[in-house]
Amino acid sequence: AMEGGARPGPRICEGDCAVLKRDDVFKAVPVLRRRKIIFEKQWFYLDNAIGHIYGTTFEVTSGGNLQPKQEVEEATTETKEAGTDNRNIVDDGRSQKLTHDDIKALKDKGIKGQEIVQQLIENSTTFRDKTEFAQDKYIKKKKKKYEAVITIVKPSTRILSTMYYAREPGKINHLRYDTLAQMLTLGNIRAGNKMIVMETCAGLVLGAVMERMGGYGSIIQMYPGGGPVRAATSCFGFPKLFFDNLHEFPLSKVDSLLSGTFSTETLPSEPEDNVLVEEESNGLADEKQTSLQETEEESATEAAMEINQTEEQETMDINAEDVEFKENKEKENKEHVREKQRKQWERRKKLIETAALLREKNADGLIVASKFHPTPLLLSLLEFVAPSRPFVVYCQYKEALLECYTKLRERGGVINLKLSETWLRNYQVLPDRSHPKLTMSGGGGYLLSGTTVVLEKGKSDSSNLEALKVEEPSPKRCKVQDLHC
Amino acid sequence: MSFVEYGDTIKDGDTAIVFLGHESMFPVKVQHGSVTQTKYGVIRHSTDLIGKKYGSKVTCSKGGWVFILHPTPELWTMNLPHRTQILYSTDISIITMMLELKPGSIVCESGTGSGSLSHALIRTVAPTGHLYTVEFHQQRAQKAREEFREHGVEHLVTVTNQDVCKNGFGVSHIADAVFLDIPSPWEAIGHAKSALKAEGGRICSFSPCIEQVQRTCLAMEEYGFTEINTLEILLRVYNVRSISLQIPDLGKAAEDDSSTGFDSRNPSNQGSPCANLQQGTVQFKSGVPLREMVGHTGYLTFATKS
Repeated sequence: AMEGGARPGPRICEGDCAVLKRDDVFKAVPVLRRRKIIFEKQWFYLDNAIGHIYGTTFEVTSGGNLQPKQEVEEATTETKEAGTDNRNIVDDGRSQKLTHDDIKALKDKGIKGQEIVQQLIENSTTFRDKTEFAQDKYIKKKKKKYEAVITIVKPSTRILSTMYYAREPGKINHLRYDTLAQMLTLGNIRAGNKMIVMETCAGLVLGAVMERMGGYGSIIQMYPGGGPVRAATSCFGFPKLFFDNLHEFPLSKVDSLLSGTFSTETLPSEPEDNVLVEEESNGLADEKQTSLQETEEESATEAAMEINQTEEQETMDINAEDVEFKENKEKENKEHVREKQRKQWERRKKLIETAALLREKNADGLIVASKFHPTPLLLSLLEFVAPSRPFVVYCQYKEALLECYTKLRERGGVINLKLSETWLRNYQVLPDRSHPKLTMSGGGGYLLSGTTVVLEKGKSDSSNLEALKVEEPSPKRCKVQDLHC
Repeated sequence: MSFVEYGDTIKDGDTAIVFLGHESMFPVKVQHGSVTQTKYGVIRHSTDLIGKKYGSKVTCSKGGWVFILHPTPELWTMNLPHRTQILYSTDISIITMMLELKPGSIVCESGTGSGSLSHALIRTVAPTGHLYTVEFHQQRAQKAREEFREHGVEHLVTVTNQDVCKNGFGVSHIADAVFLDIPSPWEAIGHAKSALKAEGGRICSFSPCIEQVQRTCLAMEEYGFTEINTLEILLRVYNVRSISLQIPDLGKAAEDDSSTGFDSRNPSNQGSPCANLQQGTVQFKSGVPLREMVGHTGYLTFATKS
């Protein structure tokens, strides 16, 4: 049998992107010393967390510092006094004898949350009349409010997709995390693939694809405007080598590439001018504070294509006010111009390389998840995909995918087209109290998936045959087993 | 070809998927000299398959044609021979993401069953990860081993024939994730915990019945698992159809009559939609749900080892 040592997990390091978790609430923050963090109505510094293992749970002390939570023995459940039902319990708002001020006084004294909850129970006139279940629920509710514990977790697709869907669904076109999960599987995303990704989900989808590829293979990210947005991607904390085979290509050049008229003479406008990229900046960190995210975005706007550039080179361009530079200003200006030219040349070179990769028309798959109408994207980007490879398109709206489906059928070269959505429900599981949770997502978007096949151009009869073949079989022949997912 | 890597051309020994039409497919073992019967005629492996590009159209002896597809775990799931009830891609997708699986992950699974999930897990953890799968049925365990070998993935998986509830997974403190799809998962939680790495490992249990879920959640709590969360996921498929709805005949309004009719205030009614119908129908595209859908597969319970 294989034995593993008790190897501890990864540790929280300065510079990481970590995710704070409290119950079901997540927030991504940069791990920086002396940086005040607000999370769930609490202010604190992360300094004390540095060096601990991811997954550690902390309490916030009165000084705004984090302290690992001690494992506390739950008070043994002696037979508690409880009622049988609520027929005599009147909610007059007066059952709690402690006032707001009393509770505040306790908090100020530094009394731990656990003790406060105990005080609330003792000072509640109706507590012992509640049923055991109601007491349980009451305690859970008070604990949630007064025993504020925060867990620091390592980012992953699971964590980040859940976080984005809860906090900023607009940034990801309301792509629910289970829908993203379907895309990764339907697209057969795995190590070694050559993937084409087109997304406007703040880089979350790209990050998810990168995670499943583990640094193997290659990705070509198609982007609108001046440069790709990778705000969420940087949250994943991938090692640098993952980015070695990440390429990007402007959508604005796709037509010319397909028609054979591609040239690098007119590059997309310089990223600095591109407001689009800035607007799509990640608002997860507190707006008032500079954060790792914003630094990343500055880098992104500065040099959208040069992801591998060190930050030193980037600050060199921005830091014109630096006193030392003023002295050699002319010399610096010349260098600045040369540097700019060098960068431009680099960009051109990369663009030509990426164009060549696309021209091979042998991508192993296509993932699309954007705010744009999917049809023109699919019709053009599928040209770069090899036959017998999966593709998946996400759209917030079903109607756009209806149109996309129709156009794909006309185009031919695709089979197993499927328009679907997933229905997701969370459950509360407790003894004698198991049931679905009271709220659920109303919708998580739609997917259109399929497989490419060799496209026979100019053979209209074959595409007709294909259309005939995929017509819904007559009702008599529709069996339940055919409907299995 | 391989289940963990794409190939361009069909080779002798490959497992390929023959696509006949809407949701009509079957797997085929490509072999020199072999013949495969389809409703469109015969496919001769040596001439029709070997050397052809995946995704090609192949014409069968009777004149009809098929497409030959490169296998993927998803296609395999839809076409594999069932030895047990299997997990489908919808559940597999959320399991993969919630267990945070990726290249290099070490996963434990029980029971192996028909290998549907196994193939998907192997695909995800390749090339540097490993799947330890436990099956208590001797023949099923053996069949699984054979299939993994045929599919070129045997180096990524270890099949153990034992009872996971009694003897665990055969590994200790190394797994990033454990998956249970067995009748009494609560009996395996302890073994799952010891198979998992020291901190941060993920566990998932799949059970059709809520009573099983209740017992399992309790066991997870007792063994100190955190972030216990139960969910279910279902797939809704839509057929894209052009729909034509007939306009009902509401009759013609009489000259002075201000009774029924769309725009009864306007005597010259030509503006109203009703009047605008030479065809008598309105056409639109719709995503029509299927008559029946899968209503339940099982509850998925996830948790973290703390």
